[in-house]
Amino acid sequence: MAKEIEAETKETPIAYELAKRQKEISVAEFFTKNRHLLGFDNKRKALLMAVKEAVDNSLDACEEARVPPEISVEIIEMAEFKYKIIVEDNGPGIVKKQIPNIFAKLLYGSKFHTLKQARGQQGIGISAAVLYAQLTTGKPVKITSRVSKKEPALYYELNIDTQNNKPVIAKEETIEWAKEHGTKVELDLEAEYVKGSQSVDEYLKQTAVINPHVTIIYTNPKSEQIIYARATDKLPDEAKEIKPHPYGIELGMLIDKLRWTESRTLQSFLTSEFSRVGPGTAKEICEYAAVLPNTNPSQVSRDMAEKILQGIQKTKIIAPPTDCLSPIGNELLEKGLRKEIKAEFYCTTSRPPAVYRGNPFVIEVGVAFGGEIPKEEKVNILRFANRVPLLYQEGACGMAKAIMETNWKPYGLQQSNDSIPYGHAVIVVHMSSVWVPFTSESKEAIAHYAEIIKEIKLALQECGRLLGYYVRKKIRITEQIERANMFEKYIPEVAESLAVLANENKEKILQALQKMLVKPEIKKEIVEDDSDDKLYRMEFAKKNGEERQEAA
Amino acid sequence: MEKKDKKPLKELEEFGKKLVGDVEKGRNPTIEFSLRTLSNVVYDTKTKTLGLGEKQQQRTFFNVGHAKKFLQSLEVAKVSKNLLVAGKHASLRDVFYMAKRTIPQSNINIVDDQVESDKAIEDLEIITDCSREQLNINANKMGSVAGNVVIEDSGDTINWAKLGSGGWSIPSNVEDIELKSVKAKYVIYMEKQAVWERLHEDKFWEKQNCIIVTSQGQTTRGIRRLLQRLSQEHSLPIYVLADFDPWGFYIYSVLKFGSINLAHMSGSMTLQNARFLGISADDATNYDLKKHFIKFKDVDSTRLKQISDYDWFKKNKEWQRQFKMMKDFGAKLEIQALSSKGITFISDKYLPEKIKKGEFLD
Repeated sequence: MAKEIEAETKETPIAYELAKRQKEISVAEFFTKNRHLLGFDNKRKALLMAVKEAVDNSLDACEEARVPPEISVEIIEMAEFKYKIIVEDNGPGIVKKQIPNIFAKLLYGSKFHTLKQARGQQGIGISAAVLYAQLTTGKPVKITSRVSKKEPALYYELNIDTQNNKPVIAKEETIEWAKEHGTKVELDLEAEYVKGSQSVDEYLKQTAVINPHVTIIYTNPKSEQIIYARATDKLPDEAKEIKPHPYGIELGMLIDKLRWTESRTLQSFLTSEFSRVGPGTAKEICEYAAVLPNTNPSQVSRDMAEKILQGIQKTKIIAPPTDCLSPIGNELLEKGLRKEIKAEFYCTTSRPPAVYRGNPFVIEVGVAFGGEIPKEEKVNILRFANRVPLLYQEGACGMAKAIMETNWKPYGLQQSNDSIPYGHAVIVVHMSSVWVPFTSESKEAIAHYAEIIKEIKLALQECGRLLGYYVRKKIRITEQIERANMFEKYIPEVAESLAVLANENKEKILQALQKMLVKPEIKKEIVEDDSDDKLYRMEFAKKNGEERQEAA
Repeated sequence: MEKKDKKPLKELEEFGKKLVGDVEKGRNPTIEFSLRTLSNVVYDTKTKTLGLGEKQQQRTFFNVGHAKKFLQSLEVAKVSKNLLVAGKHASLRDVFYMAKRTIPQSNINIVDDQVESDKAIEDLEIITDCSREQLNINANKMGSVAGNVVIEDSGDTINWAKLGSGGWSIPSNVEDIELKSVKAKYVIYMEKQAVWERLHEDKFWEKQNCIIVTSQGQTTRGIRRLLQRLSQEHSLPIYVLADFDPWGFYIYSVLKFGSINLAHMSGSMTLQNARFLGISADDATNYDLKKHFIKFKDVDSTRLKQISDYDWFKKNKEWQRQFKMMKDFGAKLEIQALSSKGITFISDKYLPEKIKKGEFLD
C-alpha cells in the first residue's frame, strides 16, 4: 500500500510529459504539410497556382496605381518536372522594406483587413507559391522591383524560415533595369505543363476575357508566344474601401472589434466601425439590445454583445454602399468575349448590386453563341470572381448550380433536367464582391448562398432571353430559306406533271410558277408559319410571371 | 386505246387543265376534293352503305403543309396517265417505285414510303371519280376461290372446280371477267386461308353446292368486287366466316357497308346481302368453345368500343348484343378453335348446321 503511494508521488502526471511536445505551429509549417489547402495538390495545378498568384498580384498592383496593366508571363522547362516561371509587370513596384514580407511571409498583406474588391484577399497567395517552390526545388524566389526612375531597381533572393514564418534574405542588391517601374518575380518549382481546360493557357485566356483592359504577353514552355491585347484603355473604376455592414457581422468578430476599438461609447463604436450606421441607427440598435448607448465598448460582456447582435438584426439598416465594387459592365464584358471567343452572337447582363450577409456584390453574365464554339458538347462555363478565372471544382460551385437550375430550353439550348445545358454556347458568370465566399482557401468554387444563386439566376435569365430571341430568329430564318428553296425544287416537278396531264408546254408552266414565288401573297404562305415564335413568346410570358412571383 | 379508258383519261386531263388554269391566272394551284376521314364518312340508312359527306378539303401547292402531298398527287396522276396511254397496268408497288426518286439538287424524295403513294392514289380516285382499277393501277393478288363456276378471263375459259388444291387466284381487277356458268346456292367468304384450304380439301363446295372464297386478312378490292358481282348477278347470299374478335367483325362490316378508307368507292363494292355466319358469341356457348378463349388485350377492348360506336352498328340490337357478350367474356376466339372437335368438324357439322338453321347475323 505504502509502496503504491510512493510510486504515485514519484511519477509526474502524463499530461506534463505530453506538454513537452505541445507547441505553437507556424503557419508556414502548417501549409508545408497541407499544401493542397492552397491549391498545390499536384504538379500541374502547382504550375497554374504559381502563375495565377503572381499574375493576380500584378493586376491588383497595376490597377491600384491606375496603370493599364501589361504583364509578361514566361514559363521555361528547366528539366523534367522542373520549371521556371517569370512574371513581370509594369505596376508601381514595391518599396524596399516590404519586398521580403510580401514574398516570404505567409498571411502578410494589405487586403485582409479591408473590405474592398480585389483579386487577392488573404495575403497567402504569392508567399504560398514561394514556399512551394522552396519545398520542391530548394531555390529562393528572385524579385526585381523598381518604384520610379529616380530610384535604382532592387534585386532580392528570398527564402522562408518555415519555423518562424519569417523571410530570410539570401541576396540583396541594386541592379540596372530598363523598366521605370514594375516588379518581376522568378520562381523555380516542381511542376508539369499541360494544355486543356485547367491549364495556364486557359487561365490566361480567361483572364484576358474578363479583364479587357489588360495586355498579356505569354510564352509557354514550347516557346510559343501568345499576345492577348487589351480591348480598351479604360481601367475599371477604382473600388472604394468600405467598413463592414452590420448585417454581416458575427459574434466573435463583434467581440474582437469591441475589444480593439478606440471609441469610448457603444454609439460611437457602431457609427465609426460599420457602414450605414448613423447616430440614429446606433441608438435604435442599442434600444433593441437593451444596452445603454454610452456604455464603454471595453465593458461590453459576451452576453451584451449577443444582445447587440440581436439588436442589429431587428433594426432596419439600409444596404451597404456599392462604390466598393467595380463590375466590368455590359459593354466591356462583351468586348472581352468578342476578342477571345469567336462566336456569332454575344449578349451580356450586369445586375444591380445585391447583398449577402451584409456584403455587397454584383453578378454579371455573358453568353457567346454559335460561330466556332463546338456544337454538340456541354456548354463551356467560364466562372470568375473579382476578375479571376475559376478553373477547378465547377461541380461544387454556386455558379454551376445556378446554371443547372435555370431552364435553358426556352432560350434555345438543350438540357436534360437540372443539368448543364448542351449546345453551341459559352456562358460567363462573374461575381464582384468585397468578400467573395469561396468554399476553400484555394479559391475555386463559390459557396451556395441563396442570395447569390438567386442573383445569378436572374442574370442568366436576362441573358437567356436575349439568346433565345436570337436562336429562334436564326431558326426561323433558316427555315424560311429552306422553305423557299423547297418550292424552287418542287416547281420543275409540278410543271412536268402538269404538262403531261394537260398536254401543255412545260416551260410555260414552269415560268409562270416561278413568277408566283415572288408574289407577296404567295411569299406570305412561305414565311408566315411562325408557330415557333408564338410558342417562345408564351414561354417567355410564363417565365416572366414566375420571376415576378419570386421577386414578390 | 380501248374505249373504256376514255373516261379516266378525260378526267386526268381535266384535272391537269384546271390546275394549269390556276397557274395562268396567277392563283395558288388548288386541288379540291372530298375529305376522306371518319368525320366526313356518312352512313346512308337507305342504301345501307358508307359514303362521303359534304366536307371538302383543299390542297394547295404554295403551302408549307400541303406542297409535298400536292406534288405526290400530281406525280401519281402523271404515272396513271402514262399507264393509260401505254395501255399497261401497274401494281401499287410499281407505282411507288415509279414515283420514288430524289428531286435533283436536294435530298427530298417525292415519296419515301409506299403508304404515301397509296394514299395519293386513293385521293386521285376521289379527284377523278375513277377507281384505281380504272386508272390502270392494281393491288396484289391475295385470294383464292373454288366452286362450280366457269368463267372467261382474257380469252381463257377457266373452271373453278378443276384447279387442284390451290384454286383460282383472284386478280385485283375482276371487271373484265365474264361469269359464264354459276352453279351454287351461296358463297362463303372466310378470313383465313387455312380454313379455306380445310374446306377445299374436304370438297365442301361440292358437297354443299357453294362457292368458297378467301383472302389474307382484310378483303382486297378485287375480292370485294367479285363477291359483289356474284351476289348481284346471280343473287347469291354471301356468308362471312371470321374470327370472333373486333377485327373479324370489322371484316364483315367492310364487306357489308364499305370501309371508312374507301368510302368513296362504296357503291361498287358493298354487299347488301352479306351475313355474318360465325364465329358468334353464341357459338362459344353452343359449341363449347369457351375453353379456347384468348384473353383480350387493351387494343382489343379499344377496337371493340370503336366498332360498337359506329353508326351502322349503333341501332342494331343483335349486333350490340354480340358486342356486349364479347365485352363480358373479355376474350376472343379463332375459327380454328373448331378443330378441337375434330379436323372436319367445321365442314361436316358446324357450317351445314348453321346454314340450315339460318343462324347468322344480318
